[in-house]
Amino acid sequence: MKPVQPKTVLILGSGGLRIGQAGEFDYSGSQAIKALQQEGVKTILINPNIATVQTDQAMADRIYFLPLTSSFVERVIAKERPDALLLSFGGQTALNVGLQLERQGVLQRYRVAVLGTPTRAIRLTEDRKLFAQALRKINITVAKSAAVTTVTAGIKQAKTIGFPLVMRSAFSLGGEGSAVITNQTELIRRLREALATVPQVLIEEYLGGWKEIEYEVVRDRFDNCVTVCNMENVDPMGIHTGESIVVAPSQTLTNHEYHQLRSVAMIVVRSLGIVGECNIQFALDPRSDQYRVIEVNARLSRSSALASKATGYPLAWVAAKLALGHNLLEVKNSVTKTTTSCFEPALDYVAIKIPRWDLKKFKHADHTISTEMKSVGEVMAIGKTFTEALQKGLRMTSTGTQGLVGDHPAVKKFRSEIIQATDRRIYALATALQHGYTVEQLHQLSQIDRWFLYQLKTIVDFSEQLKTKPLTRTRLWQAKQLGFADDQIAHYSKQPSATVRQLRKRWQITPVIKQIDTLAGEYPANTNYLYLTYHGSEHDIVPGRKQIVVLGSGPYRIGSSVEFDWSCVQAVNTIKAQGYHSVVINCNPETVSTDYDICDRLYFEELSLERVLDIIDFEQPHGTIISMGGQVPNNLALDLQQHRVTILGTHPRDIDRAEDRNKFSKLLDRIGLDQPAWIEVTTLAAAKKFAQAVGYPVLIRPSYVLSGAAMNIAVSPKQLQQYLRVAATISKQHPVVISKFITEAREIEFDGVAQHGELKVYAMTEHVELAGVHSGDAHAVFPPQKTYLETIRRTKQRMRDVVQALNITGPFNIQFLAKNNDIKIIEINVRASRSFPFVSKSVKINFAEIATLAMLGKIASVDFKKFDLDYVTVKSPVFSYSRIKGADPVLYVEMGSTGEVAAFGDGYQEAILKSMLASGLDWPKKNILLSIGHDRDKAKLLSIVEKLHRQHRFQWYATAGTAAFLRKHQVSVKTVIKGRPVLELIRQRVVDFIVNIPHGHTHQEISHGFSIRRTAVDYHIPLISDVQLANAFLIAVSNLKESDLTIKAWDEY
Amino acid sequence: MRAHLILDDGTVYQGESFGAALSITGEVVFNTGMTGYPESLTDPSYRGQILVYTYPLIGNYGVPEGEFESNQIQVRGVVVLQYQAHYAHWSAQQSLGEWLQYHGIPGITGIDTRAVTKRLRNHGVMLGQIVVGHDRPVTTIPDPNTQNLVAEVSCQKPMWYGSSRKQIILVDCGVKLSMIRSLTQRGIRIKRVPWDYNYVAELNDFVGVLISNGPGDPKQCRTTIAYAEQALRSGKPNFGICLGSQIQALAVGAKTYKLKYGHRAQNQPCQIVDSQRCLLTSQNHGYAVREHTLPKIWRVWFRNANDGSVEGIHHRTKPFFSVQFHPEANPGPHDSDYIFDYFVSML
Repeated sequence: MKPVQPKTVLILGSGGLRIGQAGEFDYSGSQAIKALQQEGVKTILINPNIATVQTDQAMADRIYFLPLTSSFVERVIAKERPDALLLSFGGQTALNVGLQLERQGVLQRYRVAVLGTPTRAIRLTEDRKLFAQALRKINITVAKSAAVTTVTAGIKQAKTIGFPLVMRSAFSLGGEGSAVITNQTELIRRLREALATVPQVLIEEYLGGWKEIEYEVVRDRFDNCVTVCNMENVDPMGIHTGESIVVAPSQTLTNHEYHQLRSVAMIVVRSLGIVGECNIQFALDPRSDQYRVIEVNARLSRSSALASKATGYPLAWVAAKLALGHNLLEVKNSVTKTTTSCFEPALDYVAIKIPRWDLKKFKHADHTISTEMKSVGEVMAIGKTFTEALQKGLRMTSTGTQGLVGDHPAVKKFRSEIIQATDRRIYALATALQHGYTVEQLHQLSQIDRWFLYQLKTIVDFSEQLKTKPLTRTRLWQAKQLGFADDQIAHYSKQPSATVRQLRKRWQITPVIKQIDTLAGEYPANTNYLYLTYHGSEHDIVPGRKQIVVLGSGPYRIGSSVEFDWSCVQAVNTIKAQGYHSVVINCNPETVSTDYDICDRLYFEELSLERVLDIIDFEQPHGTIISMGGQVPNNLALDLQQHRVTILGTHPRDIDRAEDRNKFSKLLDRIGLDQPAWIEVTTLAAAKKFAQAVGYPVLIRPSYVLSGAAMNIAVSPKQLQQYLRVAATISKQHPVVISKFITEAREIEFDGVAQHGELKVYAMTEHVELAGVHSGDAHAVFPPQKTYLETIRRTKQRMRDVVQALNITGPFNIQFLAKNNDIKIIEINVRASRSFPFVSKSVKINFAEIATLAMLGKIASVDFKKFDLDYVTVKSPVFSYSRIKGADPVLYVEMGSTGEVAAFGDGYQEAILKSMLASGLDWPKKNILLSIGHDRDKAKLLSIVEKLHRQHRFQWYATAGTAAFLRKHQVSVKTVIKGRPVLELIRQRVVDFIVNIPHGHTHQEISHGFSIRRTAVDYHIPLISDVQLANAFLIAVSNLKESDLTIKAWDEY
Repeated sequence: MRAHLILDDGTVYQGESFGAALSITGEVVFNTGMTGYPESLTDPSYRGQILVYTYPLIGNYGVPEGEFESNQIQVRGVVVLQYQAHYAHWSAQQSLGEWLQYHGIPGITGIDTRAVTKRLRNHGVMLGQIVVGHDRPVTTIPDPNTQNLVAEVSCQKPMWYGSSRKQIILVDCGVKLSMIRSLTQRGIRIKRVPWDYNYVAELNDFVGVLISNGPGDPKQCRTTIAYAEQALRSGKPNFGICLGSQIQALAVGAKTYKLKYGHRAQNQPCQIVDSQRCLLTSQNHGYAVREHTLPKIWRVWFRNANDGSVEGIHHRTKPFFSVQFHPEANPGPHDSDYIFDYFVSML
């Protein structure tokens, strides 16, 4: 009866993080691998995302850092001959590749069984037309809709459905290509865009304003079926669930509505034949009990990761067990360890998810939110009440607010930002309430359920009390119960935050620690999953013993992503191996560090000084690690130290010496290390004077930066003036720094670990792009291929000097500029960097583990001499520009990438090709368009273009200047006129590869180049916009075919 | 107004009063359901009890118009962490507080209901009281389980529902109206009779018997048990739900016992014995059937997948069966709804 257990299972990962498909798939993939390994099944993983935990040595038995395309996956299958495939743990990417392999007959040819939900069912859920038909057949209501494959058919269908309507693409992730369309002109434009990338588009009845409800459903092959969690979107239909504030469980549904939708969910899931886990979305009429099924995701999703963390039910792990054929009844509840997984968690708290956007990073980016996903990460806040959780969550997003209300500037055009939602609609609502808008008025404007608006009003009203009335014990209690932070209370009562904390302690107003146990206390559970609340009369736990606290990374955002979670997980593993109990504080539901089986105690909490101190006050740990989670915990260094918290690793005073530019400069002067000339300014005049003296271009940046927030290059006094204004509003506390920008310089990075200032291990990487491209957006090569030996020798020495001068213990990252053997230091981060997992896996030495050992004072001797490697690794950034409408897809000092991938190669060219293909770039096929601004860059690319021209592999198209230049050098090329003709060429997909190099490092206003790049992104045509990278890529293309790229597992290098 | 929840072991929790400002006593029990407060508060099985909700926010969608599970609020008092005075729902007629006040039922908000739940879980269900304002707490709380609670909630005289030729006797020990709706929807005519009504002589006119849910200790229902014993002799389909299940068991000579803290939830997994299948059920009971006292001719039909307790019994040859959970749901999942079909198919 039981299906034969597979011996070897292939798991497809999700690749680089991008909008709509982020770190949640590291969670689901890792859980699946663990579940399979427990059964003695051999696991093979393909995932080029080197910064994931699932690609750790201790995880899958065999790991391939290869592109997730059907051709590469097929070659892995041919080599490894797995019995079965798991395709529902790697997001839409894995699902699409898996379906493609099946369609191509690959799975059949190699006898690979698909575990879990059958592909037939997956196809049904992916094809919106078939899906709607299937549901109508079983009398389940779906939205009126029509699938179309041509623009004409779209127009026709729109007439029957009527405007406004919603357009969505089939087979897409995160609602890409979907929009609310109000008229025909818009419809035609959007249809053309969408049909350029997908074969089918769906036109649907507009359900804006209906409640949006999701259920996570689990089903086994015996037909046992449960809904693990339901969730309600605070932002109703019309705003993508990934863009919405979401609460679990639903708050405004009656028993009838809750169970009606639950029953429908189960009917649908059963009729589809799902085995494992899926997500079903409903629209529910706010004026009756009518509903529509919106969609089913027959795979683990962002919502399932959230549901898993919101309830404590390990969905991905259970789904993997069910895929292997287990009965849900047999699978134990891993939280209580005594009860069964065949149940539905009862929550005795509220969990709220809030998206994290980074739209400010992109010039010209559209800030409105609707049916397409734009957010780059999310946080989850847990509280006893909605208000408590909401204010926690808003702080957790690390966007500089104290909560719903506080010292952040009011939203000026709040009314319009409520009607046409933007990324700060929640603050616009608060502002409106402060202006006396009623709940009813706001409901009319936003269509948000009145219940949620009442909750917001309660907070806003209370802030008025805090402002005008004395801070009594009762009032302080109430404020804390409503989720107000000490900072927020301090702001309103006009006193220092520390005073509020003292007052609280004196009045014994402290939070209690509660467990998440999946059964609301009904059964005793030995759970490690914790949160804090002010609505409690007792702690659920007692302080632990011999503990080390690791501060996590907070929400994923541009510049701080899965890499930091990787470091945190390594730190926790090391702590445990050394006999300590590990405590993690983090608030990001997409992480592995917040999995139930990672640490001994997990506080799903804010990474704020207040909350970290609350926890440390209670636990009294042996020490705290702040250097693994990126800049968020790192910023707490000095404050924690002032509160006598034992920080493990580099002394906070030394961290400050590295972070504070003045102190750092003094240190560099002392050790005689050069850096680009710089000045700290508070006035424009001083800035101009400095720029005049050192010469333009100059780089403008605030201190304590992460991912270059508000960094800019100014080439003229006018630009300088313009940019300074932006920088000044972003960072009030920290002054603006201006430095000389050195052009045509190489960038070199060191990642390493030291103990008491003595270097223990390091790895050196070089960037493909020249300095001026943010290190997070640059391609990194290990070991360096182009850097002079002399430069290598000297930078190494200088690195040692800095490490010693800062007396570093633990992780660090240093960046140098090199030009003609002249070296200058750019910056040092005394913490784990984004590149830690990349270098660790490249050299096969776990830097994060060594760093943790160093901080624990238990360093082992690292067997590390010279890395004499016979392979090369390349890390490539992954961008999400197609999501950020209006943004310029060009590399810049501001970081723009949302993720990264890496690949191994026997040589540099193989490595960079694999890596770039893994990042989503396609091979040029027939026609390449060149449009190169600067003559210097034209010259740089000439020799490779000539070579490719001689190979007769491509037809060349170029804009006027570039074409003239190439013709002069006997390259035959078709001239394309800038403006509409070239854009039409792209839209018609005549060219299949574009190299567009902008003139300089500055952001031009809307230019021809911009429209070429933007159109390329909107029509999904591969684009390279950096000359160094274009050169490297084209050289590799000229020498290698796809079949030359070897299929080698990590352990074969 | 300030109010206190005082447990019999002396634990005191301070909160605020809502609903009726009255001091009351009762048996304190917790329920882990996250929705459906109008349904649970009107469930006659809660007679004599002070109900603690583990889900912290109660009252969100107000109280819709209409009847829920009986014509009145049955609990003696309600304990919540945060009562929601600002409700919102298209069907809402009034707030939960207004409704409680109208029915003279006190509520207390601001209580760490998880703390109360853990205490009840560790010590077992306890008697307790809600004391409002300056009222004095009572020193000895009468145990409602020593009273005949069923007599309080049962109907006074027979009532008819539905129109069909197939008619059954429904023994009302505190029946939830959803149970009646579940059967009339299936074309069954019901004669609802009081708990102590002698329907045995009338059985010739009826195709089956359903013994309903109800509050308290089943052993209090001696008359009901006696009639059930006689009804079983007729061989007609006999179906018990919740308290009705315990009465059926007692009628065939099995024993019942009091669970430490009962099952009151909407997520209780019940395995169909000797199958691979498990259903999620809504439950509200403090007593259960002792397995080894069951006559050999009976078998365990459903079993709780968490604690292994008996959740349903079935006669090996005759159409006699019962379930400890609530197939009529409300509140809770509808997974076991098919048991009504099963019953109807026997008739």
